[in-house]
Amino acid sequence: MVQALLAGTLVSIACAIAGTFVILRGLAFIGDAIGHGVLPGIALAILFGFHGIIGAAVSALFMIGGITLITQRSRLSSDTAIGLLFVGMLSLGVVIVSRSSSFSGDLTRILFGEILGISRIDILIQLGATIIIAAIAIICARPFLLLSFDPEQAEVAGFSVRLFHNIMLFMIAITVVVSFQTVGTLLVFGLLIAPAGAGALLARRIKAMMLWAAIFGIISMYIGLLVSYHFNLAAGASIILVAVSIFFIVFIIQNLRHRRTGNQKDIIHG
Amino acid sequence: MADTELNINARNCDTPVNEIYLQAKQLDIGYRNEVVVRDISFTLRQGEAIALIGTNGSGKSTLLKTIVGILGSMGGELSVFGMPPGNNHRRIAYLGQFHASGFVLPLRAIDLVAMGRYPLHGLWRRMGEKDDEIVMAAMKTMGIESLANASLRSLSGGQQQRVYLAQVLAHQADLLIMDEPTTGLDAGGRELYLNAINDELCRGASVIMATHDIQEEAALCHQVMLLAHRVVAIGPPHKVMTPEALLETFGVVVAGENRLHVLECKHGHDDNERQGLNRKRQP
Repeated sequence: MVQALLAGTLVSIACAIAGTFVILRGLAFIGDAIGHGVLPGIALAILFGFHGIIGAAVSALFMIGGITLITQRSRLSSDTAIGLLFVGMLSLGVVIVSRSSSFSGDLTRILFGEILGISRIDILIQLGATIIIAAIAIICARPFLLLSFDPEQAEVAGFSVRLFHNIMLFMIAITVVVSFQTVGTLLVFGLLIAPAGAGALLARRIKAMMLWAAIFGIISMYIGLLVSYHFNLAAGASIILVAVSIFFIVFIIQNLRHRRTGNQKDIIHG
Repeated sequence: MADTELNINARNCDTPVNEIYLQAKQLDIGYRNEVVVRDISFTLRQGEAIALIGTNGSGKSTLLKTIVGILGSMGGELSVFGMPPGNNHRRIAYLGQFHASGFVLPLRAIDLVAMGRYPLHGLWRRMGEKDDEIVMAAMKTMGIESLANASLRSLSGGQQQRVYLAQVLAHQADLLIMDEPTTGLDAGGRELYLNAINDELCRGASVIMATHDIQEEAALCHQVMLLAHRVVAIGPPHKVMTPEALLETFGVVVAGENRLHVLECKHGHDDNERQGLNRKRQP
């Protein structure tokens, strides 16, 4: 349980940083696609006796490369490229899994996560990844901010859009790759956007948005694990349900507050 | 507006004008393989301003993007500070038209203005006290110093536009390139903006902007370029902005009260442009 909470905390921090830029840059679809598209890599890795993370990493890199290539070499929008690789990789994963009878238990683990089965090595990998993600966010803070405001302005300011966009995708990919064990490939996307989304509603600075996202992520992990333990529910899904609930609670409170201050303004102006 | 006299004559100061900052010779511009405007020639010197005037889709933004190096030129010559475009990040401040809305960014106004200093500091170099002073001065110039710590989202559209313009000023660039910089500004904001541009020109900076405002902004400029998928006219405002040239640029011109009111033709250029856009979208 301690290891599960430790893993949950690390993953929450990584997802808070990457998720903030997923939201600011409008990369939700690519985040979702990478989350699902890592399935064939994980399946193949398990089939050949490697660690699932290695397979996930290869799949994620393949997806980013494919999306970039299709977007650059065709007149298709990146949405189409992302969608094609998304369904392509997902179906490839299902085909690989369906060919092998040894997958039944593993498949549930891949799809829905197994936060209670996380090993010490997994935690070390997650720690390393979180440090790398934080380092990328610190080093690339200026270009990432300019990219979120206006990619053209970033280019004119001397920051290569192609380079820093790809670094951002790489950062999102690492996050997905080290996070899928906690809540599964089906739901890892929820950890990227739900806490950061709630943070975006509250914060007026990017650092504050990340901090809120990390706090909401960690709270979701803890409450989700407790709920799943006491009521014997799937841990990954419980965590994401809590995260999404937190988003809606923040959303409703914000709206009520705005309505109240808005009414006050009306009274003053009236 | 009280201070319009200030803006009637180009640049209300006596800075010597010499070095060539921007030069185009028979330049063709466009997207991908489609040329939007051919044969553009002009020179912009230090301390001068040029206004690009034309309807939506007439090539104003395309020209600005070609100058900053986002789009490649499709023929002819273009030099920026004596070099090909895209090589002078530290000397150019750019404000495009289609940036993210301030309503979605979790930033304070001052954070966005400070981004104007990034080109000078790159990835690493720390921002110092001098940068803070410049950022605050730019906010003051645009009359938003009291909003420095306000969340960008809490500001109105016009206030946000002032923040974007303060960002451009904070760069203290040699060349300011702005696409429709007065969008959403109220009368007070426009006056502050016009004064700020006048100060920038006096400082020795050059300005190139796309605008619909032929009264005030264009009057501030040394040169005006009328665009309608081709260069209709280029030269000093009083020579170029004849009713005939404006008619060709915009479609309809109504004169009255010593002012020229220009209306965009809804059925002429716009329809043609829309069809043009549709054509471009087809594979």
